[in-house]
Amino acid sequence: MLQLSERALAEIESCVHCGLCVEACPTYRELRVEGDSPRGRIHLIRSLVQGLAEPNEALLAHLDRCLACRACETACPSGVRYGAIIEDARAALETRRRRSLAASTARRFFFRGLLPRPRRLRAMARILRLLQRTGVDRLARRTGLLPEPMAAFAEVVQVPDRFGQNVLPERIAPAGECRYRVALLTGCVMDVLFGPTNVATARVLARNGCEVLVPREQVCCGAVPLHAGDREAARQMARRNIDVFLATGADYIIVNAAGCGSTLKEYPWLLAGDPAYAEKARQLAAKVKDVTEFLAEIDLVPPKGPVEADVVYQDACHLAHAQGIRIQPRQVLQKIPGLRLRALADAGACCGSAGIYNLVQYDLSMQVLDRKMEAIAAARPEIIVSANPGCILQLRLGVKRFGLKAEVLHVVDLLDRAYQAAEVREGERQWIRHS
Amino acid sequence: MDQAQLIAALGDIVGSRFVLHDPQQLRAYDCDGFTIQRRLPRAVVLPGSTEEVARCVRLLAAHRIPFIPRGAGTCLSGGTVPRGDEVVIALTRMRRLLEVDLRNRRAVVEAGFVNLHLTEAVQQHGLCFAPDPSSQYACTIGGNVAENSGGAHCLKYGVTTNHVTGVKYVTWDGEILELGGKATDLPGYDLVGLLTGSEGTMGIVTEVTVKLTRLPQGVKTVLALFDSVEQASRAVSGIIAAGIVPAALEMMDRTAIMAVERGNFPVGFPEGQEAVLLMEVDGLETGLEEQAAAMEAICREAGCTDVRIARSEEERARWWANRKTAFGACGRLAPNYYVQDGVIPRSRLAEVLAEVHAIAERYGLIIANVFHAGDGNLHPVICYDEKVPGMVEKVVRAGSEILAACVRAGGSISGEHGIGVEKLADMHLVFGPEDLAVQAAIHRVLDPLDLSNPGKLLPTPGRCAELKSEAIPTVST
Repeated sequence: MLQLSERALAEIESCVHCGLCVEACPTYRELRVEGDSPRGRIHLIRSLVQGLAEPNEALLAHLDRCLACRACETACPSGVRYGAIIEDARAALETRRRRSLAASTARRFFFRGLLPRPRRLRAMARILRLLQRTGVDRLARRTGLLPEPMAAFAEVVQVPDRFGQNVLPERIAPAGECRYRVALLTGCVMDVLFGPTNVATARVLARNGCEVLVPREQVCCGAVPLHAGDREAARQMARRNIDVFLATGADYIIVNAAGCGSTLKEYPWLLAGDPAYAEKARQLAAKVKDVTEFLAEIDLVPPKGPVEADVVYQDACHLAHAQGIRIQPRQVLQKIPGLRLRALADAGACCGSAGIYNLVQYDLSMQVLDRKMEAIAAARPEIIVSANPGCILQLRLGVKRFGLKAEVLHVVDLLDRAYQAAEVREGERQWIRHS
Repeated sequence: MDQAQLIAALGDIVGSRFVLHDPQQLRAYDCDGFTIQRRLPRAVVLPGSTEEVARCVRLLAAHRIPFIPRGAGTCLSGGTVPRGDEVVIALTRMRRLLEVDLRNRRAVVEAGFVNLHLTEAVQQHGLCFAPDPSSQYACTIGGNVAENSGGAHCLKYGVTTNHVTGVKYVTWDGEILELGGKATDLPGYDLVGLLTGSEGTMGIVTEVTVKLTRLPQGVKTVLALFDSVEQASRAVSGIIAAGIVPAALEMMDRTAIMAVERGNFPVGFPEGQEAVLLMEVDGLETGLEEQAAAMEAICREAGCTDVRIARSEEERARWWANRKTAFGACGRLAPNYYVQDGVIPRSRLAEVLAEVHAIAERYGLIIANVFHAGDGNLHPVICYDEKVPGMVEKVVRAGSEILAACVRAGGSISGEHGIGVEKLADMHLVFGPEDLAVQAAIHRVLDPLDLSNPGKLLPTPGRCAELKSEAIPTVST
């Protein structure tokens, strides 16, 4: 019988099996199988808990196929926190899972050896960058040395010249009067693959009267190992981040990656059983804000520079479903002069990125992505905007698959562009150089 | 034919990845929205076309293997719960919108097409599919046909059978027939009408031709709060007596309000509110204001403490989301629910509700009432925890008592959720042995070997008493 935490059991008990969630689930929509729906997965997990089912390969496959996008939480009448159930079940099942030596070594290296160590992560990224610059990666793709999922993403992952942490000073002064003191989570993947977006975020915040702190000792938020069932690795990272960020004394912790924001906000759940950190986790979580959430709440300095473009906003699941932030990014976008925000059908449905899902469940992920791209193509955008690094990469791959011309950007990239456009026009000094 | 041969043969028809047979996987199909009885099916097959359904059925019929058609599995009466030896034929892959005929206002959909998706697909043309069960976010039109589903707006627009004009249908032995069409009221026996509400016991409907309804020019939605269910019931009677034909007239009692307010779609009703009425009039803009004002006045006269008219579409949508998710929100009150579906004459609402309340007290159960007050269709939701020893028996008995009270008041045992396995034993409350024999005779014509969803809808003669006790053993492995 499967042992789950009190919290996960309580969430399971809130599910009365009504089934109103099933059509909200991207994997059910593709596969049409009850076991691949939120209700079905909860029922299977409940059966495991009650000893009515055994976790064999066939059953585990249903749980593995879950994106953990949490769209079902938005649809659920009684507000079942499905994310807590699947996360707990995955962690509990991981301990009795037999993985190949290669797979378990890779997991261990990735979750414990790489993500919590920013320097190593940057070193890896440098190697990748070198391979890209010298064309070795193209060679590897062409010769089939790189397996399919890797090859597909190698095309859209471009390691930029500089990482955010290498460009950003530890403290950035506000433009004008100091209205807020904020600390920026630079993240793991976000910082090495989207350094310019981190820089843009700092710039936009400073432009809006924030003193921006960029703690050097911060690590990955832990979302990736957490969702893959390695909770202990995630806890280690959480403790480190709590210490680092509370020490800054910032009013808010600003996050520009939806998955990281929801993880930080849920640190109190992760560390509920840790007497030394439970209270600190609550203190930290209370200060965490997604950058779009923050910008929508403050009196945003109106961006003057026009961005003349048709734009669609694709909800990041961990923003829309996990944090309930749907209106704010759209409000921010609508403040940009010239920008035409077009309606995107089913914008709240997952793009199939889902952490490392697009690598481990490549085929289904591409099926989900293609469904998303059909909707996006119908809206004919020039720019596709989202609020999470994984989604942005996935959508870039989608753009390629569909042969579209659209750019894929983060909300703050676009806002920053609008500020920059005006500043360049007016000949204002740029107080952080564009990286 | 042994299990391995059966799986292989089904796989030859639909493709092996669309046949589920691992017992651990089948666990997900051991029940639907009715969870009191749970058993594993023999296998689940997911055909992709009518032709594949027919070939599956032919194979199964040839080997005398019973089968269960299944849509989204939101049924509240256990219409798709296996006895253990059936193959579930899940129609969820068959979800194409085959045709929208704007000039004749008809749509043709595959059985697995989701109810709400039809309205979403045609509303740009000012049309909708009128039957709107609360499960419409997920439930399939094939399932709606099987159960003859209703919904909040059926008070004015009628239930599923009023909107189905034709079906493509696979008989018990795998023949494909087309019945009806786009025209209404064909001569001869109304076979489409017979299949609508047959709960899958007469073969499998695979395609449905439905009417599309013009979206009303205007809508007014009114919400009224009351200090007692009696006052709210008085308002319901008053509205009907005044000759107003509301599109919907819905009530929730204190316990139901508590559930929705704790759930995901709260409206913000005051703590401890005893009753709310959600009313809607629609149609030509002219006169709507007056009707809404008249309803408001009637509610005030009945003693409501507050009454509001929705000021925006957004507000209206919020009120409806709250109402439509009320069953599910009962998960905030207890881990399990058992949704009742009694019908009573509107005039006896207050009295029957009092009786339901008394039954709840007597059994020490939490019962939330959320229902279509306008057509007297009650939905007492019994909230319980199946882990408490003896609880399920108690809940089943209380459910039967509620239905008996409805029948005594001049009503019936099901408004829209069907009989399934859930109310088999209660059929004798409304039908005598002769009535049931006639129904069984009709059934035998269309399913002579009792292979199509056996053990649902019609009780086997003389077994009524045993059935309720059979319904009790909950889970088998």
